Amino acid sequence: MEGRWGGGLWGCPRGGTDFRFRPPRPADSSLQPSGNVRPLTEEESRVTFGKMAKYVGENLQRLVDRPDGTSCFRLHNDRVYYVSEKILKLAASISGDKPVSLGTCFRKFTKSHRFRLHITALDYLAPYAKYRVWIKPGAEQSFLYGNHVLKSGLGPITENTCQYQGVVVYSMADVPLGCGKVDPMVIVVFHQADIGEYVRHEETLT
Amino acid sequence: MGRKLDPTKKEKRGPGRKARKQKGAETELARFLPAAGDENSKRLSSRARKRAAKRRLGSAESLAMHKFPGAKPLPGKLPKGISGGAVQTPGKKGAQPLHHGTQGKKRPALTHSSEEEEVEEEDSEEDGVLNQGDLWGSEDSDADMIDDYGADSDSEGEDEDGELLPIERAAQKQKVQEAVAGGQWSEEETEEEEEKGSLQSCPQKDDETEGGLQINVDEEESFVLPLPGEMEQDAQAPDLQRIHKRIQDIVGVLRDFGTQREEGRSRSEYLHRLQKDLATYYSYGDFLLGKLMDLFPLSELLEFLEANEVPRPITLRTNTLKTRRRDLAQALINRGVNLDPLGKWSKTGLVVYDSSVPIGATPEYLAGYYMLQGASSMLPVMALAPQEHERILDMCCAPGGKTSYIAQLMKNTGVILANDANAERLKSVVGNLHRLGVTNTIISHYDGRQFPKVVGGFDRVLLDAPCSGTGVISKDPAVKTNKDEKDILRCAHLQKELLLSAIDSVNATSKTGGYLVYCTCSIMVEENEWVVDYALKKRNVRLVPTGLDFGQEGFTRFRERRFHPTLRSTRRFYPHTHNMDGFFIAKFKKFSNSIPQSQTGNSAASTPTSLDLPEVKGQVTPKPEGSSQPAKKARVAMKAKQQLQKRQHPKKASFQKQNGISKGTDSGLSTVSCDTKSQASSKLQDSSQPAQEIRGPKVTKKLKQQSATLLSSKKVAFRKLNGPPKGMDTEVPVLSLSKTQDTLKPEDCDQSLRSTRGTKKVKQQLPAQLSKRAAFRKQNGTPEGPETPVMSPLDSSQPPPAKRRKSQSRGSSHPVLS
Repeated sequence: MEGRWGGGLWGCPRGGTDFRFRPPRPADSSLQPSGNVRPLTEEESRVTFGKMAKYVGENLQRLVDRPDGTSCFRLHNDRVYYVSEKILKLAASISGDKPVSLGTCFRKFTKSHRFRLHITALDYLAPYAKYRVWIKPGAEQSFLYGNHVLKSGLGPITENTCQYQGVVVYSMADVPLGCGKVDPMVIVVFHQADIGEYVRHEETLT
Repeated sequence: MGRKLDPTKKEKRGPGRKARKQKGAETELARFLPAAGDENSKRLSSRARKRAAKRRLGSAESLAMHKFPGAKPLPGKLPKGISGGAVQTPGKKGAQPLHHGTQGKKRPALTHSSEEEEVEEEDSEEDGVLNQGDLWGSEDSDADMIDDYGADSDSEGEDEDGELLPIERAAQKQKVQEAVAGGQWSEEETEEEEEKGSLQSCPQKDDETEGGLQINVDEEESFVLPLPGEMEQDAQAPDLQRIHKRIQDIVGVLRDFGTQREEGRSRSEYLHRLQKDLATYYSYGDFLLGKLMDLFPLSELLEFLEANEVPRPITLRTNTLKTRRRDLAQALINRGVNLDPLGKWSKTGLVVYDSSVPIGATPEYLAGYYMLQGASSMLPVMALAPQEHERILDMCCAPGGKTSYIAQLMKNTGVILANDANAERLKSVVGNLHRLGVTNTIISHYDGRQFPKVVGGFDRVLLDAPCSGTGVISKDPAVKTNKDEKDILRCAHLQKELLLSAIDSVNATSKTGGYLVYCTCSIMVEENEWVVDYALKKRNVRLVPTGLDFGQEGFTRFRERRFHPTLRSTRRFYPHTHNMDGFFIAKFKKFSNSIPQSQTGNSAASTPTSLDLPEVKGQVTPKPEGSSQPAKKARVAMKAKQQLQKRQHPKKASFQKQNGISKGTDSGLSTVSCDTKSQASSKLQDSSQPAQEIRGPKVTKKLKQQSATLLSSKKVAFRKLNGPPKGMDTEVPVLSLSKTQDTLKPEDCDQSLRSTRGTKKVKQQLPAQLSKRAAFRKQNGTPEGPETPVMSPLDSSQPPPAKRRKSQSRGSSHPVLS
């Protein structure tokens, strides 16, 4: 459910349209060979930034303009990669499906062109995250196995966290564990992605 | 604890009833048998017997105190088998003759059981670990052994009942026969001798036998036995203990071959036997074990084989992009992991002794705070020493440990191209790099040999080549048997191709780099030194120190092969010496982007920039090679066929020549060539014409880029000097260009060549010179066939003029060299 996202950086022209019903990806992006590394189209960019803004809010700008050089988003094989420009220069000479990964993979466009955040983006989201949730050690293991966090496992939480807010989950030792969505009911945090996926879902990382 | 009648197990010592409660039947029975020392000695070996004899004779007892501590370690070492045995032998040998005697004396003094045990253990080592049955059997033989020393061997044979019995008996008989024959003393033989003779008659032999130890019945006997018989036995039911003991014995014999060998048995027979036994005992294929025997001396071989049975300690590397080692260590210790810093050579390594949580699944691991990596895998990256903002290529990166280490050393700056040919393993690279927070990496899926065509010009390249894996046998025991000659050679071939591609991908003119590190997890010379030596010959690279101050130096020669002496800067690591996986690391520095051509004279593929170098070198190439008169004449004859050569040809030929001459640095070549040129010129000056003529061709060889016309004119002069009637006069006008030098040629013949040459040189024009020289050089240098006549006299004077011409060609007016 992506009804809202924090910050009006990428205000969707459709207002609060539920993305579940948004039109499929523009035709142009699907026509392009997925093998090449190419910049994101308008639509893809909107989707990408929209989703990220849920977690980092206004800090999105900081993500793009990094102190060590501009970073860009590139699409390759239905995944969005976040790379710095310097790396792109070298990557330009590698064509076809030879490039397997560039920089950091942020997102993956699923078959129905939905957008899935990858745990690999955690490093970038975590510092800029607006809303954070800390969970107790007991719930930590459970979360790492892909389970949702229950109210009992919840520790401190950032103030003003709204419903269905995207949050970054931390352990008590300030180790970022993953992201999720806040739910006011019994399940406090819907699990979205966790670092346990590095081990559990290694196959899907590429 | 149940009652254990295993003499190899050391009993608890100490006061109290229970300490002596369960010694084993043998010890308790011994109490009831005749006098302590005698029975034990009987059961154990001749050594005990001697001890008893000495005791009886009342020889020095004071020495007992010294010897005893020496005996102590034996039981402890017993479980370790070979190493214990191997170590014992020399120790024993060095032991005093009274060692056994003192031990025997000690027996009554100390706790009965301890004495017996030690002796038993020592003897069991001799006997190859006595079984319970043996112990019981030995008791029976004790009575026999008391009186009949000659029959000791027989009874000892009975000790190892069952398997060895018939063989033992035969062996004993043979031993006796040999002893009687008076051949060289083997340890058993000496023992036999002593038994037969007086116990104290041969103190020296005593030493040998006692020091020589526990050699039990066979080793030598086994050799005496017909091989088919032996092999049968081993094939049917290999008794590992027996083989193990035999291994120790053979090693002991080979250690002191001169005195301990059996007559009529050559060293190779012993080695062959040892190889078979080691292969059986450690489950190796014959091929690999043969290779290992070539590689290591015997004692090291045993340690290596033992080390391969045990896994190396788990080590991990802190990811400094996310945390510090001391914080990580603290966090892991809080989770229940027992760890320590890896060593002073590593600032990020930690070694894990044990852990209550799975070390590969802690939240810290998942958060990317550390990477599980072998200690030896950290070394090539330390040798590579990547700097920030560099472009690095990791050609075989899976599973990504080294790549991530490079990234953390570069602090996520610069660019790394992580490549691997295996798509499956690339997934783990992606996972690891993302987990560890590496952002400056592009991961690609190419065959390494496609570099640098895909992209080149890297500052540094790391090539962790696929290999046979003989250094990581402890991780993958299948390597013991599934590797043979073909596999090794195939690996070596692939590694050579990859290494050449890697070298070509390095940018020699990089400001901060130009380095390549080649490493394998193999200990085979074919995959390590041979490949490195091949690269040194084929490319403009040189070996530089790796920066690792520990590790064994690479070989500069191995069996029939000889490698470049700089291979001493490469490093080898072994599991048994460094407690890390077997590894080989070599660091290259590329000093030129040109690719040397083979000496067969193929067209140069070097880039235009590199042509300048060859040009220079061609000119100064110092090859005062002797050219015979006939050769010169042939060249002269070829003059008629000479054609003006383009500049490229001379350069190419010179390049080829130069490369054929040298393997190494351009600078070195130029300096050498300069020297030779000057030498040649001096020679020319000093010598008379004939001498000059002779030298001429040599000098001309150097001068590759001379004009054809000049060459031809020189040839004419040469011909005149030599006096061959080849119609040079006609040629002279033909060949001569509008150069005064042509006209001067006849003068040269008469005069000292130098003076004329000098004038010629000055007046020579560039193209003519070049073509001539090229032609001349070609004629001299290539066996393909002389194209241009050689102008020896002129050529002899060439060096200075050549240089000048060179400079002229370049537009400078100063001599380039000399």
